Amino acid sequence: MGMREQIETAAARYPDRRSAIMPALLIAQKAHGHLPGPVLEEVADILGVERIWVYELATFYTLFHTEPVGRFHLQLCDNIACMLCGAERLLAHMETVLGIGKGGTTPDGLFTLSTVECLGACEMAPVMQVGDDYHGNLDAARLDALLGSLRAHAGRLATVDPASAPSPGE
Amino acid sequence: MFEPVLLKNIDQPDSHLLSTYEAGGGYRALAKVLREFTPDDVVELVKQSNLRGRGGAGFPTGMKWSFVPKRADKPKYLCCNADEGEPGTFKDRIIMERDPHQLIEGLAVSAYAIGAKTAYVYVRGEYVTAIRRLEQAIAEAQAKGYLGTGILGTDFAFAVHIHCGAGAYICGEETAMLESLEGRRAQPRLKPPFPAVAGLYASPTVINNVETLACVPHIVVRGADWFRNIGPAKSPGPKLYCLSGQVRKPGLYELPMGIPLRELVEEHAGGALPGRRIKAVIPGGVSAPVIPERGLDVGMDFDSLAAVGSMLGSAGVVVIDDTTCMVKVATRIVEFFHHESCGKCTPCREGLNWAVKVMRRIEAGEGEPGDLEQLDGLCKGIFGNTFCALGDGAAMGLRAALAHFRDEFAAHIEEHRCPFH
Repeated sequence: MGMREQIETAAARYPDRRSAIMPALLIAQKAHGHLPGPVLEEVADILGVERIWVYELATFYTLFHTEPVGRFHLQLCDNIACMLCGAERLLAHMETVLGIGKGGTTPDGLFTLSTVECLGACEMAPVMQVGDDYHGNLDAARLDALLGSLRAHAGRLATVDPASAPSPGE
Repeated sequence: MFEPVLLKNIDQPDSHLLSTYEAGGGYRALAKVLREFTPDDVVELVKQSNLRGRGGAGFPTGMKWSFVPKRADKPKYLCCNADEGEPGTFKDRIIMERDPHQLIEGLAVSAYAIGAKTAYVYVRGEYVTAIRRLEQAIAEAQAKGYLGTGILGTDFAFAVHIHCGAGAYICGEETAMLESLEGRRAQPRLKPPFPAVAGLYASPTVINNVETLACVPHIVVRGADWFRNIGPAKSPGPKLYCLSGQVRKPGLYELPMGIPLRELVEEHAGGALPGRRIKAVIPGGVSAPVIPERGLDVGMDFDSLAAVGSMLGSAGVVVIDDTTCMVKVATRIVEFFHHESCGKCTPCREGLNWAVKVMRRIEAGEGEPGDLEQLDGLCKGIFGNTFCALGDGAAMGLRAALAHFRDEFAAHIEEHRCPFH
């Protein structure tokens, strides 16, 4: 299903098309990786709503990215439970290993490193979300293994067919 | 020995599938209400059970339902608050991932009670697995005639839609969630009108938490007396407790409402990590004021925790041990509230910004005499003066940290460093 069809399917769930802006932005972000201005305008046009309505949501909610993010978005929770279980050390470890700071993207575009508020998986703290997946009970060794497998995954995709590479987490 | 109710299915293989749910007696409550109960009977039953909302506020569920006008010329809506964002809370995620039909049956019974034909489940966008499982469960339930039109051969029609959140803690506030569902920035609305009268699309709307709705089918099948006899009569029922932080066995525990916090932490969750001692526990997510170790002999229910100046909230129980700096804990929590402030009202938006600056300064050993009094003043300026409960939660938590651990704050200022480093 194309982006327009997916958005129309989502819009059919609501009596008011404005309600479909959030689902439409999630669909658009999945398709484009992030939400630059022209994509926001396309969403507004498909739904037939004011562009400002789309812009204001894209900039209010933290899961929407108006700037590009890396192929794998490493979202480390550093809220209370993860903090108590060592999230700070893990952040420092990743900053060293990846050579980037919080909010940065590696030069090869593979990883963006962020800290996020509570992911709601405190029973497996410290936890990090990458794409759709949660990775819990992390320590430095598990993080290294995870980063290695993500790199290998990206490498495999690159050698097979870059055009058919699924988006992160799929 | 307490038999799990809400979690009874979750350790079975394929616990998320309809076949598993039906094998455990699932959808019997829906069949029973459609056959034997009028909608008013269901509302009365839930009132009799004394079920109180599990999202945090503890409002009586049956009473909330009874505020929906009987006759309305607009459609009525049921909304499920599954935007579980209170740090330390993960119970709704586990219900949705491992037993989504329990929620769907709860939605169907509740919708029948209030006269709604449509429900929106507002799930936080990070919960990808929960969303997929719910989508699958909705499709299964539809195929089997538990959702859709002519449900179980009656004229009851009901549809469930999922609405994905996109990362805003404030959506846990019910009117902010409604704004978000209508495609706006999530900022709370002025009340009244209350959602029961004018909620989603200005229609009568009930908003209930996932765990609250999951309780409803069990009340139908086993009766109000059974439910009311679990734990304290005014705050009864089976309860999910989320244990996390510096504790041996973090995880989700189902136990009666009112269980002593000490028993929960020390016996069920195994107590402190080896060689450490518990210093404090946050009993209900970070909005709930912290309780020092000496106060752990308190019952985990709405009224008992309110009586000691804290709250059950979302029952996110975060354990903090003696290796941890309370200034750091309190700072991180205030940083969270500052980040999540929607920006609508000044005391929350500006007050928390100010508090974060002062607290970071203290934590870094750069605090000054007068800083603690300034924080006291900020708590006073925020509490009771904000548009919604987010600001109150932040102020209550900070006030408790300052009251119980003032010596740790003072040591940072006097020694110009963190004593824990």
